[in-house]
Amino acid sequence: MFHRESGVFKTTYASDMALYPLPIAKWTVAALALIFVVIVPLGVHEYYLSILNLIFIAIVGALGLNILVGYTGQISIGHGAFMSVGAYTAANLAVRLDLPFWLTLPAGGLMAALIGVVVGMPSLRIKGLYLAIATLAGQLIIEWTINHVPAISGGAQASIEVPRPELFGVVLNTQFRLYFFLLFFAALAIVATLNIVRSRIGRAFVAVRDQDIAAEIIGIDIYRYKLLAFAISSFYAGVCGVLYTYYFGIANYEQFQLNVSIDFLAMIIIGGLGSVLGSIFGAIFVTLLPIVLRILLENVGSLIFSPGELANVISGTRLAVFGGLIIFFLIVEPEGLNRLWRNIRSYFRVWPFSY
Amino acid sequence: MGEDLEFAFALVLSGASIGLMYSLIALGFVLVYKATDAINFAQGEFVMMAGLIAAAVLAIEGAWLIAAVAATLAVMIGFGFGLERVVLRPLLGRPVVAVIMATIGLAAILRGLTPIFFGSGTRGVFLPIGDDPIVIGPATLPPIQVLGAVVTILFFLAFNWFFRKSRMGVAMRAVADNQQVAQAMGINVERYFALAWAMAGVVSALGGIIWGSMLGVDIQLALVGLKVFPVVILGGLDSIGGALVGGLIVGIVESLAAGYLDPYVGGGTKDFAPYVLMILVLMVRPYGIFGRRQIERV
Repeated sequence: MFHRESGVFKTTYASDMALYPLPIAKWTVAALALIFVVIVPLGVHEYYLSILNLIFIAIVGALGLNILVGYTGQISIGHGAFMSVGAYTAANLAVRLDLPFWLTLPAGGLMAALIGVVVGMPSLRIKGLYLAIATLAGQLIIEWTINHVPAISGGAQASIEVPRPELFGVVLNTQFRLYFFLLFFAALAIVATLNIVRSRIGRAFVAVRDQDIAAEIIGIDIYRYKLLAFAISSFYAGVCGVLYTYYFGIANYEQFQLNVSIDFLAMIIIGGLGSVLGSIFGAIFVTLLPIVLRILLENVGSLIFSPGELANVISGTRLAVFGGLIIFFLIVEPEGLNRLWRNIRSYFRVWPFSY
Repeated sequence: MGEDLEFAFALVLSGASIGLMYSLIALGFVLVYKATDAINFAQGEFVMMAGLIAAAVLAIEGAWLIAAVAATLAVMIGFGFGLERVVLRPLLGRPVVAVIMATIGLAAILRGLTPIFFGSGTRGVFLPIGDDPIVIGPATLPPIQVLGAVVTILFFLAFNWFFRKSRMGVAMRAVADNQQVAQAMGINVERYFALAWAMAGVVSALGGIIWGSMLGVDIQLALVGLKVFPVVILGGLDSIGGALVGGLIVGIVESLAAGYLDPYVGGGTKDFAPYVLMILVLMVRPYGIFGRRQIERV
């Protein structure tokens, strides 16, 4: 990630596809692991840990959506709803059957995958705009169903309180403890995605995205792979929803409305479509943006607006800046932050020499 | 007529008048899609913006209604032209997903900026049409719904004339049909793209005034934009007549669902039924009732 190489010296496909392109990459990963497992949790204040925790959860969701939109080229405006499916599945299992998180988590993911495949079915017949509208309908229908079926939503205000997860007898009830829990899943999601996209499946996804007719001709069953993309992607979304539920201690459909779907789309567009690193950048950026904006506006805006208006102004600015960034990146840098990062890296590749 | 039948008639009539008002908004979407192949996910926000402008002008002491309508039209037309130039033109030739995302981003911008500039309260757009319900057979309709239906029908007639008879309308149809050939015939394609967005602005301006005076203008008004999708999918994305028929169907289905199903499921079927209908249509006949059968299937 941070290492530089002086050129491309790969002679086999295996080395081209390797997770560690150079031996030094292992050291980079080891150093990152050391920073995130030891130094950050010991040296960083609880408040910043809570932000990192939100970023970890967002990374899981963004990676999932990027598999679908970035790698397979299918659009989904229904990911917020898939998250709510995971969240409510896990919440119901945890509260009614008293199941531990290592059962509810995959259960939530699998349920979301199932629903995701159903919503993704129209992708077999339609694409582009029609698929966008179909997934939008999926989002609204799932929202409505959860809100109107007390058996799922637990009745009062459609929210279910969930006990904190427990691991080896330790209740994960502080940001510090949740940090390791969430870090593990974020890392797992990153490694899993890296491996999916360099395997046969991932290459088939890219083929479907780039030229679906050509993909079919070279023997890729595109129906299967489109549905698989929806399944994998919604599995991630479901897991992301479960993590949100455990993090907040409550499953509430308002956490997973249409604007959440759009937040996650913003993440992958700003970060970079079709890139794992881009999903991570996007998740970091979009999670930090409202926090930075709030700090800025609370300091500057309090001179202009009354405190009552300020909350309104902050949420409005956040939304407007989001929209502006989506359009900006689409027009100016369609490959997102990841491309900027690559440009910086390739500049420093032979630095300080010109070539 | 029996009591049941009267109830059904009232539901259908009220649904149809609301449906016609959906058609008006959907028309903006169809015009843009037909001419430029761009999908406008911000149609509801256009309507909200127009409603806010009308409400803001009317709030000035002694402002004429006609001034409010003119100001709204002017702003929305300018907005349509500007939008095409700044956002949509750089995205020409890019994948459809990029255009969809750009309009979603636009929707977010409009939604974020309006509470900052106009506050978060609900504003009213008061039209001098009175409040006495209009009685049609066993049904009664609020006058605003009747006005909305009439305006919609007039608009559709006007657009029908425009596309069939006027020079600009014919040129626009040519652009919609085949951009390259149109360009070869000396039509300035980009100008007609801009014109299509401006026309979407006109339609949204009237939609905003009518919907705004019915529901009151606040950020929730943008939600009528979500109803556009079932309407256009039902009618066919590139069909103006389809928008009319689709709107009627969605309005009536919604009203019947609310009348007959709400007592059993505890409300909200109104927002739900059109989408179920739409999913069914997407599965069976994705190009809609009147749309061109030019859907790419892989």
